[in-house]
Amino acid sequence: MKSAVIFFPASNCDRDAKTALTQMTGKAPAMVWHQDSELPDVDLVVLPGGFSYGDYLRCGAMASQSVVMKSVRAHADKGGMVLGICNGFQVLTESHLLPGALMRNAALKFVCKPVGLEVDETQSAFTRHYSNGQRVTFPVAHGEGSYFADEETLDRLEGENRVAFRYAKGENPNGSARNIAGILSEKRNVLGLMPHPERVVDDVLGGTDGRALFQSLIENLS
Amino acid sequence: MKARVFITLKTGVLDPQGKAIGHALNGLGFASVGEVRQGKVIDLELSGNDQAAAKEELKAMCEKLLANTVIEKYEIELK
Repeated sequence: MKSAVIFFPASNCDRDAKTALTQMTGKAPAMVWHQDSELPDVDLVVLPGGFSYGDYLRCGAMASQSVVMKSVRAHADKGGMVLGICNGFQVLTESHLLPGALMRNAALKFVCKPVGLEVDETQSAFTRHYSNGQRVTFPVAHGEGSYFADEETLDRLEGENRVAFRYAKGENPNGSARNIAGILSEKRNVLGLMPHPERVVDDVLGGTDGRALFQSLIENLS
Repeated sequence: MKARVFITLKTGVLDPQGKAIGHALNGLGFASVGEVRQGKVIDLELSGNDQAAAKEELKAMCEKLLANTVIEKYEIELK
């Protein structure tokens, strides 16, 4: 599986993503700067966590207008896989590649801790190595991760089985609607989630629950 | 030409910051304060003096970048 990690000014999880992808796929991803207009020929594009453009205006708003996002959109339109983690999820909603928006955490605090999640949907290229309802623990680290969408959109996401991850009961760290932690695009080739699967692929780092996500992608793309 | 754009959260969208501001005001003894909603103001300088064209352009700016219309609404003021 060939992958690329896009990085913006003030991305800070790009190297975490690179390390996880290298470890999981055996091949280092291409690192692509936000001003590059062309993407290398890859199967998976990762938008990493961080504070792109200092979170100016709104989290992900400036990044969504960057040159490289045109190519990311074209990649997604062709059915290419896109994974947005944390700030990457915010960039995807601001780019309208995923519906809804991520707002200030309900308790107004930056939350940085491991959080229990449930895998809500395993029929996707990102999650097929998990079992339905499986409880996993991923770390979260964000101040603006409260998922919001109107009721109609939320009903549609649930009706189309596009909620990939939910915060487990009592674990919602940010006030997200319907405990949503991660969602799929209509064509199911784009996944955005606030928790960090790339930080739990190695026991040394405190867990391996994120491995199955990368294994799913590798199996799907090889 | 100068323009001012007001960006506020849509009705029904939770505003935890507004809530915290309201609590703080109540704590300061401003007992009359009920619900508080906060937002932002963006001042822009535009070239040209065709007001109608400027308004159209500002609308496009709001839709494309200045506001996230999933959660926010905007008002444009030309001076």
